[in-house]
Amino acid sequence: MFHIVRHRKYWYLISLLIIVPGLVSLLFRGLNLGIDFTGGSMVEVRFQEEVSVEEVRTVLAGHGLEQSVIQPSGDRQVLIRTGVISETQNQAMVESLGREIGALTVLRNEAVGPVIGKELVQRAIWALAATVIAIVAYISWRFDFKQGLAAIVALLHDTLIALGIFSLFRLQVDSAFVAAILTILGYSINATIVIFDRIRENTKTAKKTEPLEDVVNRSLWDTMARSINTSTTVMFMLLALFFLGGATLKTFILALMIGVVSGAWSSVCIAGPLWLDLRKRLPWPKRPAGARA
Amino acid sequence: MRLGNLIKVAVILAVAATISLASFYPVGGAPWLPLTQDINLGLDLRGGVHVVLEAVDTEEAKATPDAVQRSIGMLEERINQFGVTEPVIQQQGTNRIIVEIAGVDDPDAVVRDLIRPAYLEFRTEDGTTVLTGADLSDAREALNPNTGQPEVNLTWNPEGARTFAEVTAAHVGRPLGIYLDGNLLQDPVIQSPIPDGKAVITGYASLQEANRIAVLLRSGALPVKLDIMEKRTVGPQLGADSLERSVTAGAIGFGAILLFMVAYYRLPGLVSAFSLAVYAVLILLVLAAFNATLTLAGLFGFLLSLALAIDANIIIFERIKEELRTGRSLRSAVDAGFQRAFAAVLDANVAGLIAAVILYVFAPVMIKGFALTLGIGILASMFTAQAFTRWMLHLLVGSGIVNSPRLYLK
Repeated sequence: MFHIVRHRKYWYLISLLIIVPGLVSLLFRGLNLGIDFTGGSMVEVRFQEEVSVEEVRTVLAGHGLEQSVIQPSGDRQVLIRTGVISETQNQAMVESLGREIGALTVLRNEAVGPVIGKELVQRAIWALAATVIAIVAYISWRFDFKQGLAAIVALLHDTLIALGIFSLFRLQVDSAFVAAILTILGYSINATIVIFDRIRENTKTAKKTEPLEDVVNRSLWDTMARSINTSTTVMFMLLALFFLGGATLKTFILALMIGVVSGAWSSVCIAGPLWLDLRKRLPWPKRPAGARA
Repeated sequence: MRLGNLIKVAVILAVAATISLASFYPVGGAPWLPLTQDINLGLDLRGGVHVVLEAVDTEEAKATPDAVQRSIGMLEERINQFGVTEPVIQQQGTNRIIVEIAGVDDPDAVVRDLIRPAYLEFRTEDGTTVLTGADLSDAREALNPNTGQPEVNLTWNPEGARTFAEVTAAHVGRPLGIYLDGNLLQDPVIQSPIPDGKAVITGYASLQEANRIAVLLRSGALPVKLDIMEKRTVGPQLGADSLERSVTAGAIGFGAILLFMVAYYRLPGLVSAFSLAVYAVLILLVLAAFNATLTLAGLFGFLLSLALAIDANIIIFERIKEELRTGRSLRSAVDAGFQRAFAAVLDANVAGLIAAVILYVFAPVMIKGFALTLGIGILASMFTAQAFTRWMLHLLVGSGIVNSPRLYLK
């Protein structure tokens, strides 16, 4: 059987090759933040007749809003994103579109004040921090502290990959993205714990002569079918929702799909092997793994 | 014994299948789907509006806690006038108000109407407006010290008091209609002329009712300026479209998972398919029982939790396969499989639950539903995996006719 643990340097390297470009993009270009974070309005309308982006832009120019992001979002549908405007301006804009271009239906109309956006950023950071701390605490209690550390590195790995890909491809980040990241954390930790559980069990029953490296490797293979099958079933649902589930939560589903792939990878190729490295290189604490199972 | 087990299995499967079919497909309008009828659809599925308003100081009116209270009363009255069922109006922090209204045809128009200033009028029998909210300085509910009956005490400002004295003197024995935004609120009869600018309205069933009227009168008299902090409207068309597409996508995803489970795990896979159906019914029951509102995010959470719920079954089945490979008998392999998988399932799910709880606490309103269904899903999946799947496999193994290991192992 292929020795995953012995080749762990390659897996670390592969992860770094994906994370580093994303990290560079994050640092220099940041994220493409939606109105949930920046404040502003987003209006999606469906016209009865075909309409061009230019026509819409001309009407918006009448309101001094020609700088807005205007994009077709489906059959006879247009999505308009503006900066922070008042409710009166918002209503006037929609009214002009109907009067000057043709009958329309408002599909959605969202406006977020700049204060709300700031609060959301704060809450997102708190939520991430709270999740990470709670999960380290739980794993340290049920397993050992180094397994907690390894799990957190795997979680950061998944978060950075999702953030990096969203930054690289300029995908829009909204409040649903925060939920996606937290769901990814939950999913990835789930996968990691199943593997740690098997390591805990196998270390207890292993022969004294069997190197820990082999025990970890055996545990990874013991749980491999589960790791793949669970990711597959989750992916079935995500793919169905992505291709058939309507436009509103597409980026949310996309973030989850990235997270599921990255979570499966990090739990097998990063968390387990990394724990082995931590055990070898960090002197403390001395008590054996699985002692508090 | 064997036949007994088999009959049990058949009955349970039939019941599970019937209940699942009768409640799983969450589309309104089908009378034979009792469970889905009881689940409220959120505004992003029916169309509706979510607005966060903030009371701001102006020269005329300061955003005091009392002013915020009065604004809430004003909003409630207005929303009721729109004929909306079960609107959500709640205070957030000191001076924010969240309003959620589902099932309206033109959500943008509702927002427009909501923040219009209130207009309170007092009209005589012939329809002439004699006084307005601008003349009123206060309105308070109280229990009459003599009779113990609830009443509302009005205080007019000096100019209003003068007019009121004239009106009451001229119309004794006739009603004085109180109108809010043109709608009759109450029609009390003038008992005697009132010269001192103080009026009492009686005839309320409870102090609560008197309070509601007093709040409305005060709102009419002094609306505080409300700014829109956040507004999300979803047209009914988009809502219906989202619901239909998500349900179709969910059904296809669900079907794919079931096919995969049966193809890969054979008989146990088939059992897990039924478990999953039971799980889905359980979730819908919980949602219906708690009168929860299913949002688009909540629906996604539910569908995603279906995929995650199967994980416990996968962990257990992998264990059973391992036990079978070591040469154990079927019955003891099933028992050992469940036992040895328990720690992994528990730890994994507790970690997932921690993430769901934190998500629920910190998430903005529209994501809370997602966190809730995800959390309920984790608890329910532990139950169906440990109780239902286990029970069914026990019965099947005990029945003795499906004992070929090839049904369990590849």
